[in-house]
Amino acid sequence: MVSIQDYESKDPIAWCPGCGNFSLLNALKEALVGLGKRPHEIAIVSGIGQASKIPHYLMCNAFNGLHGRTLPTATGLKLANHELTVIAEGGDGDGYAEGGNHFIHAMRRNVDITYLVHDNQVYGLTKGQTSPTSEKGYVSKTTPWGSTSPPENPLLLAIASDCSFVARGFTGDIPHLTQLIKEGIRNRGFSFIDILQPCVSFNRVNTFQWYKSRVYRIEEEEGYDASDRTSAFQKAQEWGERIPIGVLYRSARPTREEQEPVIATTSLVKQPLATAAFPRLLKTFE
Amino acid sequence: MALDMNIRIGGQAGQGVQAVSYAVGKVFTRYGYYVLIHQDLESRIRGGHNYAQIRIQDRPVLSIKDRPDVLIALDERSIEQDLPDLAEEGVLIFDGESTGRPAKSPSHLSVPLERLANEVGGGKIMANTVATGAALASIGVEIEPLLDYLEEQFRDKGNETVEKNQACASAGYRHVREHSGRSVSRKISLGTPQRGKLLLSGSEAMAIGSIFAGLKFYAGYPMSPSTAIMEYVASQAREYNIVVEPAEDEIAALNMAIGASFAGVRTMTATSGGGFCLMVEAFGLAGMTETPLVVAIGQRPGPATGLPTRTEQGDLAFVVRAGHGDFARAVLAPGNAEQAFYAMARAFNLADRYQTPVVVLADQYLLDSYFTVEGLDPAVMTIDRGKIAHPVDAGPGQVFKRYAYDPSGVSPRILPGQSEAVLYACSDEHTEEGHITESAEVRTAMVRKRMKKLEGMRRESTPPEVAPPDDGDLVLLGWGSTWGAMREAVDLLRTENIRARMLHYCDVYPLGKQGLVERIGENARVIGLESNYTGQFADLFHLETGIPVTDRILKYDGRPFSAEEIAGRVRTML
Repeated sequence: MVSIQDYESKDPIAWCPGCGNFSLLNALKEALVGLGKRPHEIAIVSGIGQASKIPHYLMCNAFNGLHGRTLPTATGLKLANHELTVIAEGGDGDGYAEGGNHFIHAMRRNVDITYLVHDNQVYGLTKGQTSPTSEKGYVSKTTPWGSTSPPENPLLLAIASDCSFVARGFTGDIPHLTQLIKEGIRNRGFSFIDILQPCVSFNRVNTFQWYKSRVYRIEEEEGYDASDRTSAFQKAQEWGERIPIGVLYRSARPTREEQEPVIATTSLVKQPLATAAFPRLLKTFE
Repeated sequence: MALDMNIRIGGQAGQGVQAVSYAVGKVFTRYGYYVLIHQDLESRIRGGHNYAQIRIQDRPVLSIKDRPDVLIALDERSIEQDLPDLAEEGVLIFDGESTGRPAKSPSHLSVPLERLANEVGGGKIMANTVATGAALASIGVEIEPLLDYLEEQFRDKGNETVEKNQACASAGYRHVREHSGRSVSRKISLGTPQRGKLLLSGSEAMAIGSIFAGLKFYAGYPMSPSTAIMEYVASQAREYNIVVEPAEDEIAALNMAIGASFAGVRTMTATSGGGFCLMVEAFGLAGMTETPLVVAIGQRPGPATGLPTRTEQGDLAFVVRAGHGDFARAVLAPGNAEQAFYAMARAFNLADRYQTPVVVLADQYLLDSYFTVEGLDPAVMTIDRGKIAHPVDAGPGQVFKRYAYDPSGVSPRILPGQSEAVLYACSDEHTEEGHITESAEVRTAMVRKRMKKLEGMRRESTPPEVAPPDDGDLVLLGWGSTWGAMREAVDLLRTENIRARMLHYCDVYPLGKQGLVERIGENARVIGLESNYTGQFADLFHLETGIPVTDRILKYDGRPFSAEEIAGRVRTML
């Protein structure tokens, strides 16, 4: 039996006190324990930013790579060893700005990865600059007169990309977030969870209280059907007085791995390198 | 007399000039001869002016030759553009009917390529096959080997296609035989088939070298002149169990390759200088995380888009220094298709053994050219994956010290999920466990550990080739694809009693200097020769060996060196 202690890391945590990342980390551990996964079966790929420090703070295989490049690295990792549970993590700057192109193509490709975006609508590690999800008018040192661009809506983008699993979580509702992460990992395909995670140091607008009074669980709304793309588009645009959290959209699509005959029986990493057929290949050039 | 025949086929993109040269090359290779086919291409799919040139010899072909003995002009522009290059007593074959030009000299032979193709039912599209038949007739070679080749080439497309192609080739062949008069007096007898030699492009050599080395994952983004490597790997992916992923950009390609390599499989990507610009960030990541990685680069003239379909050796300084901060990498620059095969196979071993990125630096000339290769011997290479710790070495529930200090700079690694221990790889400066650190002591030790690999790679780098080995005080210093042209230029100069030698580097970085002065002599005059504006290798050579290279033969017009051109430029320096 795997327990939460099996996931304890000795690496000291370098987040700000009170940061939403702490509860997110707990939710992630709970979800992995809940699924009965053992640390060596997990590989977490992260980028750079406060969010991307997370793999150091739990026992797992980890590749802490470059800002914005989590998804391609996770893609290569998963295709080379699809027996691993691969989780990609980063912040909104990492995933939606620097990594925006990779995000679109990862959804299209549909590799079985769970992608957790710690969305605090601000650049934390570089001290509070405007991010792609900062609200219009957001004032920071990079936009001293307020941001002139509206925020990106990652959920709309994901639904438009026919992403296999699209959800929104909130670090103020840990049982719900834990359940979402479990469902995301269970989903076969690319699972995307945008996680509202207030920044206690820099974001004075979208605070914990601001979210707490607005979010509601979408599954508690009667008759919501996550397989209905039109309703998903509508829900994804709801932002203001009420903010939905939960699974907004599901699309049952074959994964990249399922369509790859080369790894149909054995993962790539377990296949022999030397090939006896090589002389036959040379013959074709005679 | 030794055979040395140079045939140029000129025409628009889409007219099939390459197919003609390849068919002729295949025929000669199968009868024991040697060819070198080089492509002069424009960056377009239809129209413009392209040519393929095939040089045929009865010994290995080292260099391209400037002037064709036979020019086959598939369109009017080719007559205008290529005719001035034709050798004295050379033969022009052109389509007088479709271009409306009369033959202006007895050595100009009008062959109605399009009409003949139409008459046998092949249609205009097969005019190039008519030209192939005409080409063989023009050098006095029998047609049967070509008909056999066409049969094999089009077998999968059915009898009708085979027969039409054969009819086209025969029609072109017959026409030249019946109408050439005295303009074609040569006769080459192919003799009996001698199988065993290969006709291989540089790209194919790189691709099969990788497959032989156990390539399992390829992620890439198309960019001339590297695309053929990806396409060949993809064509063999299901046969040799390789996952090929078309990435959204070069940034993704290299990060995917790194992810797959971290998981434990041999991975690569290929690109050109411009694509590598995008990859540099991840290139440093491989250095920092000590992830084995092979990157093949096909150089083309830059900066920016440059000349997309032409050649240059302008990326060496960039590749040797690519990335911010110091980290170890190796750069191999093969000189021909055979060297390209072995360099790729060796690159995978180096990458695994030193857990760091290795670049194989080729160029458009090498990648797009076809070479007759004696045969490749896989037995000379063994797969060496370096320090991969057996899973039982790592205990359950433990953090494996992925970056444990080691005098060689190379730590043992485990693969994620293959044991109960876990490992952390990290792009931040990190501890032996792979966790982020700010410690000055750890930082210093880790930089030293990573840079230590450079010493090991330098020690085992393959020494340069000196040819001829023991005599000559004029040394032509070069690297990469100029190998053959330099080698033949040395021969040309020596017939004029100029005691020239070639000093050619395949392992360009880190560069071994052991015994170099003894090999070339203390008083040698070294002339740097390379295809770029500054003499990038000459500078690197000076930096690494302390031997200054003040004389330089440089070229940056996007075209490859020929032996004749090199010899000519050396003469002006004496």
